[in-house]
Amino acid sequence: MNQAVITKALPLVEVHGVCQTYDKGSAGKLVVLDQVGLTLVSGEIVGLLGRSGSGKSTLLRSIAGLIRPSEGAIAFEGKAVSGTPDGIAMVFQSFALFPWLTVLQNVELGLEAQGVSPAERRKRALSAIDLIGLDGFENAYPKELSGGMRQRVGLARALVVHPKVLLMDEPFSALDVLTAETLRTDLLDLWSEGRMPIESILMVTHNIEEAVLMCDRVLIFSSNPGRVVAELRIDLPQPRNRLDPAFRALVEDIYARMTARKEPGSPPRDGVFPGTGIAMVLPRVSTNLLAGLIEAVAAPPYNGHADLPPLAASLQLEIDDLFPIAETLQLLRFAEFAEGDIRLTPAGKRFAESEVDARKQLFAQQLATYVPLAGHIRRVLDERANHKAPARRFRDELEDHMSEGYADQTVRAVISWARYAEYFAYDEESDLFTLDNPT
Amino acid sequence: MIFLSHNRNSLGEAAALARGRIAPNIYDTIAFAMLVALLVLLAHGAAGMRAPSTLLTTSPVTLGLANLPDYALRTTLRMFAAIIVSLIFTFTVATLAAKSRRAEMVIIPVLDILQSVPVLGFLTFTVTFFMGLFPGSQLGAECAAIFAIFTSQAWNMAFSFYQSLRTVPGDLDEVSRGFGLSAWQRFWRLEAPFAAPGLVWNTMMSMSGGWFFVVASEAITVGNTTVQLPGIGSWLALAIDKQDFKAVAWAVLAMGVLILLYDQLLFRPVVAWADKFRFEQTAGQEKPRSWVYDILRRARLLRTVGLPIAWLWQRAMLLRLGRRTPPATTVASRRFSRLLDFAWLGLVLLVALWGGIETVLYLGQTLGWNDVIEAFSGGLLTLLRVIVLIAVASVIWVPIGVWIGLRPAVAERVQPLAQFLAAFPANVLFPFAVIAIVATGASPGIWLSPLMVLGTQWYILFNVIAGASAFPSDLKEAARVFKIRSWSWWKNVMLPGIFPYYITGALTASGGSWNASIVAELASWGNTRLEAFGLGSYIAKATEAGDFPRVILGIAVMSLFVTLFNRTLWRPLYVFAERRMRLD
Repeated sequence: MNQAVITKALPLVEVHGVCQTYDKGSAGKLVVLDQVGLTLVSGEIVGLLGRSGSGKSTLLRSIAGLIRPSEGAIAFEGKAVSGTPDGIAMVFQSFALFPWLTVLQNVELGLEAQGVSPAERRKRALSAIDLIGLDGFENAYPKELSGGMRQRVGLARALVVHPKVLLMDEPFSALDVLTAETLRTDLLDLWSEGRMPIESILMVTHNIEEAVLMCDRVLIFSSNPGRVVAELRIDLPQPRNRLDPAFRALVEDIYARMTARKEPGSPPRDGVFPGTGIAMVLPRVSTNLLAGLIEAVAAPPYNGHADLPPLAASLQLEIDDLFPIAETLQLLRFAEFAEGDIRLTPAGKRFAESEVDARKQLFAQQLATYVPLAGHIRRVLDERANHKAPARRFRDELEDHMSEGYADQTVRAVISWARYAEYFAYDEESDLFTLDNPT
Repeated sequence: MIFLSHNRNSLGEAAALARGRIAPNIYDTIAFAMLVALLVLLAHGAAGMRAPSTLLTTSPVTLGLANLPDYALRTTLRMFAAIIVSLIFTFTVATLAAKSRRAEMVIIPVLDILQSVPVLGFLTFTVTFFMGLFPGSQLGAECAAIFAIFTSQAWNMAFSFYQSLRTVPGDLDEVSRGFGLSAWQRFWRLEAPFAAPGLVWNTMMSMSGGWFFVVASEAITVGNTTVQLPGIGSWLALAIDKQDFKAVAWAVLAMGVLILLYDQLLFRPVVAWADKFRFEQTAGQEKPRSWVYDILRRARLLRTVGLPIAWLWQRAMLLRLGRRTPPATTVASRRFSRLLDFAWLGLVLLVALWGGIETVLYLGQTLGWNDVIEAFSGGLLTLLRVIVLIAVASVIWVPIGVWIGLRPAVAERVQPLAQFLAAFPANVLFPFAVIAIVATGASPGIWLSPLMVLGTQWYILFNVIAGASAFPSDLKEAARVFKIRSWSWWKNVMLPGIFPYYITGALTASGGSWNASIVAELASWGNTRLEAFGLGSYIAKATEAGDFPRVILGIAVMSLFVTLFNRTLWRPLYVFAERRMRLD
């Protein structure tokens, strides 16, 4: 009895000062995780909430032993994690099922790796399949199943090896709303009834409501670099009701924390995106989305000032979709975006009221003034006699400051914005920026 | 190049592989030098081992009809021996290339050059080499024939497997590592199944191509050594020698039956079986079907027989050979390994340089600039033939292929026929053309040329059919709604739609034609010899004379032509097709 109490008090997973950096060559290092710490004890569901690029998936994979962090220590049951520990299993966003194996074979895979005999394997796999509600699908191949059923296979495959800790990487984000909700409820039921052989769940999500619905504790991550900026305990009793005012208040609170202005004392930055000047990493956001969000905020009931949770809900956008749009609007000074609110600037309001040509002109102005890279490309084109410049040149310039992938993404973002604004043109075939728009 | 099993995804992967490899780089040069040096070494060795010519006189090939089934069987066995060797080569060499960066630096460029080397040119050395290895027995000649088939099959298989190993989906890799699968388990549970559709398709295409080489390599004369292995190829050679028209017809019939059996009993069942390994999460695409596979799957007896095998298989899966895949390495060790890389590269460079010098010295002993000029001008002429023939074949088969492909009912019947024709060794049909040329007195310089595409044009046809069949119906409907017709329809709708497929077909056809030129540019009927001036006949004549330096020169020049032709024409087109004309 006493023994049990002592093991309960011991943390299952301990993460101390974990950093993950990637070498960027001459430009130094890209910091994905910066001094992250976390403790997971028995009997709790913990959520890692943050934007894409905040390193939460990296952290999850480090705990699973799939990645070795550059710095810091990770311990599972008091022992340092080396290789992939046996007491930890993982569920993937993409389900990660082997298409050439049946449901049963997929579930048996982990047991096979442990060298469990075929008879024993079958018995345990069938009971896991039974538990997760997959009876009758044992001999189906993954491609015959719907997304929800596939993720159930993913769950059964993780549970069958009797892990102590279940890691889930955005397990419901590839599913439609209805299926995701059913799966969440089923999982919570199994959890609260203690029918799963696991002691703790650590899940990555970018869905705020999902985190509040399922977790006992939520760690909020900032991005670039990924840090834990806040920790929230959620004491609402299960099952939770999304319409409960306490629930709504928590969601609102998390939105505000995630859009909080940088605390004073942090290094000054040009905007919300990593990097400064022309070396700012830009997100690929379509101008249709930018115009769409401006129009949505300008229209009633918001009339230029919207609270994010209801806006996100009415537009059916998750934070990973919504935040980059809002932040791009902020970069272009079409809107201000902070404390869980978005407010149109005069320029934004003018954009909403204008016709197509005026919009393009306005967009070009903001682009020239507030996106240094766009202005820089335009200046080079103006200076040259033939008004042509290879895009390669600018990509190389950017690669001094960021990785190749980010440089490519940034250039593509600028191309799509400049094309819309008719600020300059780009020819993919020759990879050239030009000033001549076809007339 | 890699054959694509006609699904849109694999096109992209293959192009990704091709993209980085357009401009010949330092590695290609190194690979080239090393290969030619290897040839020289082989020639050196072979010259010393040249065996007496009376080897196979004890059981000479005869034209007795009763022998034909036996000969057909021997030919088939040679094919299977070669495909097994190719598979072993694929599993070891391609795996090595995928797992070891240093091996990859050497293996991939070498494979790339090797697929441009004319297989039939090898025969000269391999026959003498293997016969020296097993003096006084038929085994040497058998090995040489099998080796010739192997060299026609292995490269694209290895490439396909290597490419699959390099593109294993990240999440499945994480699952395997997360569960701690051993290297053995990982290979059979993840890597081999993922590579299966591509490898199976490439293996089957390789086998189809192999019939040509088995026919060509069974009866061969090198200098004063004549080898005739019992098989359809030797039967055919004898029939040509004796001007026995009926025997040639029998050979054609036997070959037809053989290919039909191969197609129905092996090709189709295996492709249908491999379909379940396709990495797609969605159901409902058209599946390859085979009646043999259906029967096998339903047969209860077979399942009972299979049970012990399945049991053994399950036990084998529990083996824990090899260590778990470790997580990504740290920066410090990476820096050290980069130093090792440079050392390794330096070593490879030195070997290549030494090989290059040796080659030039060896060839310089006997050959002068005149020979080089002759080989090159022959190469230019053969190049011209290949270009003209591929163009003519395209003009004929593209419209026909589109017409067929747009009519599913017709395509379903014609497509197997086209695949059958592509597998049928065209050299079996050569005598008919030669008789015709001799009878009409036409110029062999022109009329021998079509023989080069006789067997390879079908690749264009069945790829175009596949492309037209897969053309999205919404685009077809849009073209109809907007009344796009005639030339505009071809230019804007259909040709871009089938372009990636066409390129695949034309690339295969062109590669095959170069190889075929060695057989096609020098043909005979009894004592009548027809010759078309070109690189193919240059190599063929040097082979007959046992003139090693000229054979090496011919092979080197042809490899150079093929490589440059592929790099300057096909690869860029391929990448262009991938970038601009992909439908998805």
